[in-house]
Amino acid sequence: MRIGVDVGGTNTDAVLMDGTTVIGWFKTQTTADVTTGITTAIRTVLEETKIPTNEIKAVMIGTTHFTNAVVEQKRLMQTAAIRVGLPATECLPPMVDWPPDLRDTIGNHKYLVHGGHEFDGREIAPLDENEIREVAKDIKSKGIRAVAISAVFSPVNGSFEERAAEIIQNELPDVSISLSHEIGRMGILERENAAILNACLGELAKAIVDSFRKALADMKIDAPFYLSQNDGTLMSAEYAEKYPVLTFASGPTNSMRGAAFLSGVKDAMVVDLGGTTSDVGMLLRGFPREASVAVEISGVRTNFRMPDVYSFGLGGGSIVSQDPLKIGPQSVGYELTTKGLVFGGDVLTTTDLAVAGGLVDIGDASAVKSLDATFVREALDEIQSMVETAVDRMKTSAAPVPLILVGGGTILVSRQVEGTSEMIKPEHFPVANAIGAAIAQVGGETDRVFALAELPRDEALAQARQEATDKAIAAGADEKTITIVDVEEVPLAYLPSNAVKIRVKAVGDLAL
Amino acid sequence: MRLLHPENIEDIALGAAVLGTGGGGDPYIGKLMGIQAISEFGPVELLSLDEIDDDALIVPTAMMGAPTVMVEKLPKGDEIIKAFHALESYLGQKITATMSAEAGGLNSVTPLTVAARLRIPMVDCDGMGRAFPELQMVTATLYGISSTPFAIGDEKGNSAILNTINNRWTETFSRSITIDMGCAAMIACYATTGKELKEWAVPNTMTLVEDIGRTIREARESKANVVETVREAVGGFQVFRGKIVDVRRRTEKGFARGEAIMEGVDDYDSQTLELNFQNENLVAIIDGEIMVSVPDLITVLETETGEPITTETLRYGFRVTVLGIPCNEKWRTPEGLELVGPRYFGYDVDWVPVEERYGQ
Repeated sequence: MRIGVDVGGTNTDAVLMDGTTVIGWFKTQTTADVTTGITTAIRTVLEETKIPTNEIKAVMIGTTHFTNAVVEQKRLMQTAAIRVGLPATECLPPMVDWPPDLRDTIGNHKYLVHGGHEFDGREIAPLDENEIREVAKDIKSKGIRAVAISAVFSPVNGSFEERAAEIIQNELPDVSISLSHEIGRMGILERENAAILNACLGELAKAIVDSFRKALADMKIDAPFYLSQNDGTLMSAEYAEKYPVLTFASGPTNSMRGAAFLSGVKDAMVVDLGGTTSDVGMLLRGFPREASVAVEISGVRTNFRMPDVYSFGLGGGSIVSQDPLKIGPQSVGYELTTKGLVFGGDVLTTTDLAVAGGLVDIGDASAVKSLDATFVREALDEIQSMVETAVDRMKTSAAPVPLILVGGGTILVSRQVEGTSEMIKPEHFPVANAIGAAIAQVGGETDRVFALAELPRDEALAQARQEATDKAIAAGADEKTITIVDVEEVPLAYLPSNAVKIRVKAVGDLAL
Repeated sequence: MRLLHPENIEDIALGAAVLGTGGGGDPYIGKLMGIQAISEFGPVELLSLDEIDDDALIVPTAMMGAPTVMVEKLPKGDEIIKAFHALESYLGQKITATMSAEAGGLNSVTPLTVAARLRIPMVDCDGMGRAFPELQMVTATLYGISSTPFAIGDEKGNSAILNTINNRWTETFSRSITIDMGCAAMIACYATTGKELKEWAVPNTMTLVEDIGRTIREARESKANVVETVREAVGGFQVFRGKIVDVRRRTEKGFARGEAIMEGVDDYDSQTLELNFQNENLVAIIDGEIMVSVPDLITVLETETGEPITTETLRYGFRVTVLGIPCNEKWRTPEGLELVGPRYFGYDVDWVPVEERYGQ
């Protein structure tokens, strides 16, 4: 049996699963320290289901800890950003476009050194090792313990980042180092930003992983635990300590993965209707489609693998104004159960409309009897139209696709959404996100350039598949269950050697 | 004369994306470079054309290369400085000012980085009034101005000066050098006197892009209809409003080519628009007929936000409004149309001015 936990902005959900069966679940409010909420949720599920802790084989946690730490600028480390690229890139140094307060919080320590590659693999300049040793001295004198290293065209050739890391680690054995090519993609500012964010979260990551470890030990759960990544796969606790940034936006990913699992549909649109906002995304072969443009995190542009999600201001707690009709984006949020009309409050919310329109029976229906029937119908039409617009915006073709609705706000939608072939509200829809965490697999990815002049395309593809598979096994996947879920070939047309960038992603079930 | 400060650059970069007609490179990098250069070296003087002496020497500067490379190998910032000085000694005259060759996209801002470093002014004009993919496609070519002596420089300190028999040859050679320089280089060309410039330049385009950018920003702040205010600011026409339902892309000879298909809404219900692009938007075909074509500008704005959409970001589901904007009159001559008209890009049709179809 396994436990999935999703820590959201408002709620912390835990779900207990036996294979593919949901045994029980519990929803509680997210606590300021996060761990208390997780403990409450897990403890309650175990008590309600009377499952002994020794039956638990794994715990999967999806958390917003690290995103919040960046947003609130709490517990971030002083970080040295080293970029290998001179003489190129000098005019835009690391963190040039960051919000000044966040940049100051982590010290604005930046170093530019010689090296880097051209688009076709030639060197811009040789790596100057003495220069890097000088940087190491400076880092030491400032007492900095987190380092992010980026190099021009490192996604094509990561050797300069790796060599620079070796030199730094040799001089400073205690610093933790993040390499941009292990985290982000093409586009140096965005990739470097992701690496710097990862580096500055290093200490927090160790502390959080420790506190999870301790919380589970206190509950007498002696099982390995994993953290959800934003691509829908898991990372081990040890890996999470090194790459905390990969948890960013794992929440919407877990919802969509949970929706796919609960409905059995692998290609669909998913709407996760929350209390204040809703997220729309698209499932492709059971995984969320990834964003192809820069994604901002607290004002910092990044380009690592994030789910392509469109958020809009509609949820079960959205405030409704009558004249003129307006729904959201203001919301009563987690106070719905005290402020909504049907719960004895005095704020008209979307949930009240759903009760008045007979879509759902919760709270005190007599509290919304006085609402004008025409108004209720028009307002519900408006809600329907908001969902339809958002869904259509995220579709990639005009062909109708299935729509899966999950999350607590699912009650707001009663009719089939235009442009969809069917509407699915799966069982356990309120905790799809925790289920998404519980059923997550482990994955491996390769993303690099192959010169087809030297290697036939078939062999290049086979090699890329093998690399991805090997990485998945190294990450803990059961070899027998591994499948290739994504193959992307991008011809680099301006290159003479017929180069192609191949990205392959393999996933498999966790070997337990 | 007025001074350009970092806050002006934000508006210029945003407005330049409108005149970029879908191409012209990543305005984000351009904006950062401009702001960084001004913060480091001080504000840049912007002179209007009538403030330029007839015997002044003006040299436009620009970046050349693949936009996809420029977001990875960022410039050093002084790539062109040495070549610029070499050009001065070659011409035997001090360069008075620089200017933008291309007001649309990234290259509206790149000359600022040169002007800031060399502490020379920039002239309020450009050579296109929009963005075009090739080097010879500037109004200077129409007036017999040579692109050479042509200077090109990279971040390593390499530079070259070219002399060619015509501006298309400059395009050919400089493209090869750019690839060897790592697909991103800085160029200086079309050296011209003040007297000549007043004839061939598209005037006031820096002020125009800044006005467009400010209009968008202010319309957003006051929650006004951004698309309509942009249309008024550029003197353009609404050609279509709809939703992107398909995008096809391919790479041909180093250019990003493709088509986006849009289905109409509101007044355009049941109409279909096919947008063809080669880095920049080339033609808008409505229900099988070319309704707007180069050299007139075709700009796609997101209907809700008024954000200009580049050809790389065109994608299914975007709600968009297509504007047709009359190009500068210099392009509307037989020579202009031969250089950048629909036939040059492979469309066997006569150019029809956008206002003839939409202006009533």
